[in-house]
Amino acid sequence: MTESQTRAATWYDIILATLKANDVKLVVYVPDRVFTPLIKGIHADPFFTTFAATREEEALGIITGAWMGGMRGAVLMQTSGFGTIPNALASLVVPSQIPALIFVSERGTLGEFNLGQALVLKTMRPVLNSLAVENITITRQDELEFIVDRSIKQAVATQAPVTFILSPLLTGGKVFAA
Amino acid sequence: MTTTKPSGAVGAHNAKVMNRFELTKRLVALLKHEEAVIGGIGNANFDLWASGQRPQNFYMLGSMGLAIPIALGVAIAQPRRHVIALEGDGSLLMQLGCLATVADRAPKNLTMIVWDNGIYQITGGQPTASATAADLVAIARSAGIANSAWAADEADFDRLTASALKGGGPSLIAARIDNKPGTATTDRDPVQIRERFMRGLGVKGQG
Repeated sequence: MTESQTRAATWYDIILATLKANDVKLVVYVPDRVFTPLIKGIHADPFFTTFAATREEEALGIITGAWMGGMRGAVLMQTSGFGTIPNALASLVVPSQIPALIFVSERGTLGEFNLGQALVLKTMRPVLNSLAVENITITRQDELEFIVDRSIKQAVATQAPVTFILSPLLTGGKVFAA
Repeated sequence: MTTTKPSGAVGAHNAKVMNRFELTKRLVALLKHEEAVIGGIGNANFDLWASGQRPQNFYMLGSMGLAIPIALGVAIAQPRRHVIALEGDGSLLMQLGCLATVADRAPKNLTMIVWDNGIYQITGGQPTASATAADLVAIARSAGIANSAWAADEADFDRLTASALKGGGPSLIAARIDNKPGTATTDRDPVQIRERFMRGLGVKGQG
């Protein structure tokens, strides 16, 4: 975190450092505007293997394989992308007990301009809860490291996936360019 | 000049129609270095299971279309082990984007084998687009998997597989197959399957 010592830590510095501290080497994403600085930071750090998948369920398949091969992985997606993964969760990740680390930048609330995003969001927590997938909404930067660090450790120890929902209160979200 | 539409399994005009179980056994016979095999949902899995339950086999019980992504993940985590994905034509058509991802990552240790019978066999034999129009090898090549080929016959399948296992880059081998159903069915316990596989890959102790 040398770079961040010279400026105020940001949410994306904290996530990057926490992934690293927990030996999460593989990060597969479907791009999202809010995640741009995190994705950029992960690409710039040779510790990580990182690339885009064409679909979110593909990303989950890749990190599932990596976990079984001995490498920890995380996926990044936006809320609408969550809509593509319930089958991969219900028929692969959850029944196979894969500690998939799923980061979702929360769209569809607190100033959303796209109705489709708002409606997918309505499905997200009910789906996660119905599958009993741990999901935590993070709104405050001072809690971020604690939540992510502890939850990664819990996911690995209990062999269960976890979803981090990053609220616009944390990230600033995406706003309509009027 | 003929303008016959180049079409899928038909487009592989010189390829013999073979049998999936027969070819699966041929594949397994070529595996000498504890290669990992990811079996796609359905008959790809069933014939893999029937060919002998190697500890390095993973049988996917759901998540249709994700055999290649799972194999890519294993290949990234274990670059010194060769990884083979077995998929059906219907499954691959569901997740074509993964071919572009594989081509982009270009793992040297990944081989994709596609069983193309032109039908969604397990759901009642409805035709797939590869029966009429789509050429899966041409699609793979265009996605960037330069080393993609139809197996002309059993001997050609052996030759292509042996060459792919040398690990020069990702390869895709497609085989036209008949519509004989799978030879056995897998166990249905995802945790046991995953656990056995991880032990087979040396990720967990043998205990």
